[in-house]
Amino acid sequence: MSQITWKDDRALLATLQGKIATWGTILRICIEERLVYRGDFALGTLMRFLPIVTQIFLWGSIFQNVAGKIAGYTYDNIIAYYLLTMVARAFSSMPGLASGIAGEIRDGSVKKYLIQPIDMIGFLLLNRVAHKLVYYGVAIGPFALVFFLCRSFFPSAPPMETIIAFSASLFMSFLLGFFLEAAIGLIGFWFLEVSSLLFVYMLFNFFFSGHMFPLDVLPYPWNYVFEAMPLQYLAYFPAAVWLGKIEGDQLISALWIEAAWILFFIVICRVAFRRGVRRYSGFGG
Amino acid sequence: MQSSLLGSRSLNSYNRAMETICIEGLRKTYRIYRKREGLKASIKGLFRREYRTVEAVRGIDLSVDQGEFVAFLGPNGAGKTTTLKLLSGVISPTSGTARVLGHIPWRRENAYRRRFALVMGQKNQLWWDLPAQESFRLHQQIYRIDPHDFATRRDELVDLLEVRQLLGQPVRELSLGERMKMELIAALLHSPEVLFLDEPTIGLDVVAQHNIQNFLRYYQQLKKISILLTSHYMKDVVALCNRVVIVAQGVIIHDGSLAGIVDRFSGHKVITLQFADHNLPHDLEKYGEIIEEQPPRIKLRVEKQNVTSSLGAILQRHPIEDVSVEDLPLEQVIAEMFSIARQGHPHELETSSTSDS
Repeated sequence: MSQITWKDDRALLATLQGKIATWGTILRICIEERLVYRGDFALGTLMRFLPIVTQIFLWGSIFQNVAGKIAGYTYDNIIAYYLLTMVARAFSSMPGLASGIAGEIRDGSVKKYLIQPIDMIGFLLLNRVAHKLVYYGVAIGPFALVFFLCRSFFPSAPPMETIIAFSASLFMSFLLGFFLEAAIGLIGFWFLEVSSLLFVYMLFNFFFSGHMFPLDVLPYPWNYVFEAMPLQYLAYFPAAVWLGKIEGDQLISALWIEAAWILFFIVICRVAFRRGVRRYSGFGG
Repeated sequence: MQSSLLGSRSLNSYNRAMETICIEGLRKTYRIYRKREGLKASIKGLFRREYRTVEAVRGIDLSVDQGEFVAFLGPNGAGKTTTLKLLSGVISPTSGTARVLGHIPWRRENAYRRRFALVMGQKNQLWWDLPAQESFRLHQQIYRIDPHDFATRRDELVDLLEVRQLLGQPVRELSLGERMKMELIAALLHSPEVLFLDEPTIGLDVVAQHNIQNFLRYYQQLKKISILLTSHYMKDVVALCNRVVIVAQGVIIHDGSLAGIVDRFSGHKVITLQFADHNLPHDLEKYGEIIEEQPPRIKLRVEKQNVTSSLGAILQRHPIEDVSVEDLPLEQVIAEMFSIARQGHPHELETSSTSDS
């Protein structure tokens, strides 16, 4: 009996090793692919820093006319908040993911995931990890520079627990962003064109993730409505954690709720993929 | 009695062991949105959509043994590609069963997916921006190919197809023919037992087509794998396949040898006559349809049963230098079959012919 268990363990270990080697290869090849178009990539990365400059000027002029605080935020708080949401969005935004999935369904290239022994969602997740790793590799310099130049906007460094919770919230925002957008892309199995749907989602995302303004400036009951939605975890939540706006039990429970949202969208993706494939007609020859 | 029963049973199990693909009563219907012409119809379509049901495959029965190279022919929209999609598990059927290597394809078990490959001439499965060797490496991982086997097979395939110097070039910079070679390598690295080829030579020049054909013939004979090929090039079929399945309007109308098609479906033969001088007689039309006239030669299309009597009569009446009787060219017979099928009477072909399968 014990021998069987040992053999099982060994088989399990071998399977796991095989899987890790596969993931490693996928990751490596995706990174190589990202590095092909260097110019476009570098330009895209640097352009992402432009909006923050306009935000600094915009809020500067608003605060010139308003003395003190707006909904509990000083000028410094607001700029610090924006810079932090920029970090959060570097994790949670998934350019081209949903439209890419829907496009693959429409033009038939989704077939390769059905024919080859490979899991589409897992593959796309690794692909996205590769995108992000390359992006951070290039963007870390400009990020460090911007944060150094803007260091005066930040309060003193938060305690270690907050930094850990902030890191966890960033990691989870990546997963949430991925599975949420993947679920939208998989709607392509039912409606071949999802660009309008995606536009509506982007619009909602822009306002209700906290990308445009901190969600807690909203009046009652809207602040509760938006805090109950998953979008807040994509930008507002990590920034609010760093700035100490969510602490203690409230922070722990918020992290659990975020994990539940991730799980929810993982399940949605799995169900949508399984059902979608069943009704798939194999378009495009 | 006892022994014959035993004999037939063991023969059956032997047959089953050899059988790679077994399809019974396979059907696939699609619901297709039907849009009438014009803007008005487009607006109407926003509120009320008309659908029509298309029967892409209407009850196919087919059995393919290990080591067979089968051509799947038919006019566009006959249901060939749909059948390949069903067998590779891309889509599920409306009804019927299929087993490939003992697996039900549309369950998409990894155990099955590691045993077959699908190559589509019109679809690219390699990484567009990276050299093909990177795609091969990825295949090694996802198909769990032993590193030693991988290296041996890759080298063997690369040498057979003569693409070693192209391995490091991004796929987007390869010619269509070179890319198809790489697609084939990628598909064969895991040594599939069943290979589905959907128009693998489409768009290739004659030399590239010839290379691919040579390779496929050699590889199939070497590995004894089962191959199902769809192609619109009769040259592919003639060069490669010993069995031809013709599909039209979603049903199989012929399953047998290539030569059998001409016997079954062509009621005519071509008589070529060479006269002593350039003055051709004017009464030849009564023997059959003149299909080519190049004095002193003339080609007549004559009904099979009249060939002997017509030839006898002509030879008696006219000075003939040379004569030959041939079957109609294969392309022409198939084109005729397709055109009958396209007019919506595939069953006419099915019932009018005597079976040779």
